[in-house]
Amino acid sequence: MSIERDMARDLLAKVRQRGATEADLLIVETDSSTAQVRLQEIEALKSAQERRLHLRVLFGKRSAATSTSDFSLRALDRLIDETCAMAQATAPDEYVGLPEAEAMLTAVPDLDLYDEAAPDLSIEEKIALIKRAEGAALAYDSRLTNSEGAGFDTHVSQILYANTHGFAGTYRTSSFSLVVSPIAGDGTGMQRDAWYSVSRKFRQLEPPESIGVKAAQRALRRLGARKVPTQEAPVIFDPDMAASLIRTLAGAVAGTSIYRGTSFLVNRLGDHVAADTVTVIDDGTIPAGLGSRPFDGEGVATRRTMVLEHGVLRSYLLDTYCARRLAMTSTGNAARDAAGISVGTTNLYLVPGTYTPEEIIGSVKSGLYVTELIGFGVNLVTGDYSRGAVGLWIENGTLTYPVEEITIAGNLNDMLRQIEMIGNDLAFRGRTAAPTLKIARMTIAGN
Amino acid sequence: MTATSLTPQRFFAERFGIAKESLGRILGGMLGKAVDDGDIYFEYLVSEAISLEDGVVKKASKSITQGAGVRAIADSRTGYGYSDDITIENLALAAQTARAIASDTAKSGAVAVGQSQHTPHDLYPVQTFPTEVPLRTKIDLLLKIDQIARSYDPRITKVFASLASQQKIVLIATADGLVVGDILPLLRLSVSCIAEHGTNRQTGTHGGGGRFEFDFLLDEERYVRYAREAARQAIVNLDAIDAPAGYLDVVLGPGWPGILLHEAVGHGLEGDFNRKKVSAFSGRIGEQVASPLVTVVDDGTLPGRRGSLNIDDEGTPTGRTTLIENGVLRGYLQDRLNARLMGLPLTGNGRRESYAHIPMPRMTNTFMLPGESDPEDIIRSVQHGLYAVNFGGGQVDITNGKFVFSASEAYLIENGKVTRPVKGATLIGNGPDVLTRVSMVGNDLRLDEGVGTCGKDGQSVPVGVGLPTIRVDGITVGGTQR
Repeated sequence: MSIERDMARDLLAKVRQRGATEADLLIVETDSSTAQVRLQEIEALKSAQERRLHLRVLFGKRSAATSTSDFSLRALDRLIDETCAMAQATAPDEYVGLPEAEAMLTAVPDLDLYDEAAPDLSIEEKIALIKRAEGAALAYDSRLTNSEGAGFDTHVSQILYANTHGFAGTYRTSSFSLVVSPIAGDGTGMQRDAWYSVSRKFRQLEPPESIGVKAAQRALRRLGARKVPTQEAPVIFDPDMAASLIRTLAGAVAGTSIYRGTSFLVNRLGDHVAADTVTVIDDGTIPAGLGSRPFDGEGVATRRTMVLEHGVLRSYLLDTYCARRLAMTSTGNAARDAAGISVGTTNLYLVPGTYTPEEIIGSVKSGLYVTELIGFGVNLVTGDYSRGAVGLWIENGTLTYPVEEITIAGNLNDMLRQIEMIGNDLAFRGRTAAPTLKIARMTIAGN
Repeated sequence: MTATSLTPQRFFAERFGIAKESLGRILGGMLGKAVDDGDIYFEYLVSEAISLEDGVVKKASKSITQGAGVRAIADSRTGYGYSDDITIENLALAAQTARAIASDTAKSGAVAVGQSQHTPHDLYPVQTFPTEVPLRTKIDLLLKIDQIARSYDPRITKVFASLASQQKIVLIATADGLVVGDILPLLRLSVSCIAEHGTNRQTGTHGGGGRFEFDFLLDEERYVRYAREAARQAIVNLDAIDAPAGYLDVVLGPGWPGILLHEAVGHGLEGDFNRKKVSAFSGRIGEQVASPLVTVVDDGTLPGRRGSLNIDDEGTPTGRTTLIENGVLRGYLQDRLNARLMGLPLTGNGRRESYAHIPMPRMTNTFMLPGESDPEDIIRSVQHGLYAVNFGGGQVDITNGKFVFSASEAYLIENGKVTRPVKGATLIGNGPDVLTRVSMVGNDLRLDEGVGTCGKDGQSVPVGVGLPTIRVDGITVGGTQR
């Protein structure tokens, strides 16, 4: 990205000439392709090159952020003028500013985020790969009667960050994903489910047949789902749903929610907010991790942050702005998009426990094993939690029949403390991961 | 740029040197015997956002997004290429990518591209786009909102407000040689308040907007209403008790609770899901799927509405589609691909988030027509139930029909009277079944204030919903109180 490095230097110099005291910018270039197959026929092919510049300028304690996909000289000059004008129109904010110059990396570590060995697949080869995955799903059982399709996506990105401290860093990433979404029908109803694999390295994707078979099994086990009576019962979250719970937690520990007072975890650092067995870590430095990056959206080195340690709230997730407002230090969690800088997670995970998933299910006499949650019924200000759920009913320690059209509800304060068992089955299938977990009691609403 | 002198075709011709002859050549090079349809979509979008917290506006952002997407359709297969660098060379390259889905190699000649057409409606005739209004004016409005919300009640401790403005210019050239464009304004004001009493902390949110000029927010003192409403909701929630859990009779208030229709039936009636027979509504046209009191329409032609469009993102004029008429399932929402494959008429519902996305059938403004009941009578008719007036988001699994939507302001109904506020809770139901239990429909149809965004397959588009007060005899309420 030597051209972009020169462009970055020129842009920052121009911004300084307009009187800006500080500035930084991020350029993201992405090549992506998508191929989709449905019922063994090609459904869609898509490919693209995109490039976007994110610029932030500061006039003392006033700032503005802009972004553009128009890289013509004329457009960039206009963007600089507009950004400078906007910055001078906003109110001063004593906490705003670039990270300290000392926080800049001297060398950008190689986190193995790019697949040098990825094969250059032709469209035909991609289609063949997807057909194998979907085909395995459809062939698994005669009740696999339809499909929402299967797809293979690739993304290759180059990222450049530069600021007026003189820091400029770049890195490359790649990712590959294969997903299958079959539909099972038994004459009385239809159920869709899906399974996927995503990785920075093509050869680390799960085999297509294995993805297809898992997707088929997941759709089949939902057939004949029913409601259950309203009751209180233990609830087990499967690994994907446990990860969704950890993602919810991430929103409540984001520095933005903390300084704004919009989280139930405000002023709780050092408090026992979860069961002793709960340790949650955000680690942006995991080699080849899907959430890894050498530096964040404002050039701060990523790191390993202990969020919850044996149930005690140890750290919030912070960018430079939130850190200054809270008199803390950035945790390297600045994310950046067209709207500016915000707090985002890197690789966030719940540290595994000692139980096998079978032991956890075996511990429940009568309760729910959740495999899907829908809706947005989480209030981070109060911790109130109420979501639509799909899963399997547990009787005497065994998964017995599928359930749907029910909700699970509680308050996150109680739910975190009532995490009673944590599985040993942690596997990263995305940026957030968790093993199976069991919450002692939640309200299930149904009939 | 001012609205009067600007036409989409002139804009893209002057800015990127894209003449209609070159569009014809690119389309022609892409089409062939095996290619049934195709188009080129140009987009130039200016978005601006400012936000207020701690009583001042410290954050301002602006983004410019431009690009073009080229699509080829062969039978049910779609090829799509796009680039954010709009040049003839890149369009030709994108066309090559798009064309890869066709099996044959024969190409037709150039497509004769005609003069740019006028859109069939003029639903948002603005003089000054909201993006052109000086930042100072917008900042002053947010500062006033902060004052209004704080003065509502001393227990309001924090106010957040944001104002998003957009101007989008699109131009669509189709395989038929049609060229049509549109210039779309979009405005959205959001206000959130935190109310605190001791350790009890609650939130309230309100806002509005649409495809209007900035002054829409000042007219009828709308911004004052949004600010007070956000504050009021936060204060109400300070007294909220735990929501009930179980199967209850529910009265939905007018307006935004129309999200029920969006989730319960709207998505399930989108053409793609029905062509593929993966919707719980597949093959059920003509069947009774709702109470005879229920008529639901999708209307993209309401002036200024957030979900309205002069043309959809494939160049088809928008219209009004009856989805359910007196309880009977009547129609689907279509884009070009699905309408052609199903042999059904176009409805003007082919939408895409941006040039980087393939169009899909999507809703515009979806609402239930008013009935005859007095809203007061509807509440009085319920012995023990829930009265839900404000909602957050919702979601649906179109295959099994199960949908949720989450109340953010709700009350108990006890012996026909609205009593105590309850905490937010998710309501869950079954799309093909829930509207059969609508036993009363109010005469007070209201559309939402203009803040809705719908997500499908990773694509977000602005939409509207609407509902009169209705009574639903039984739906599962996901609270904690048994």
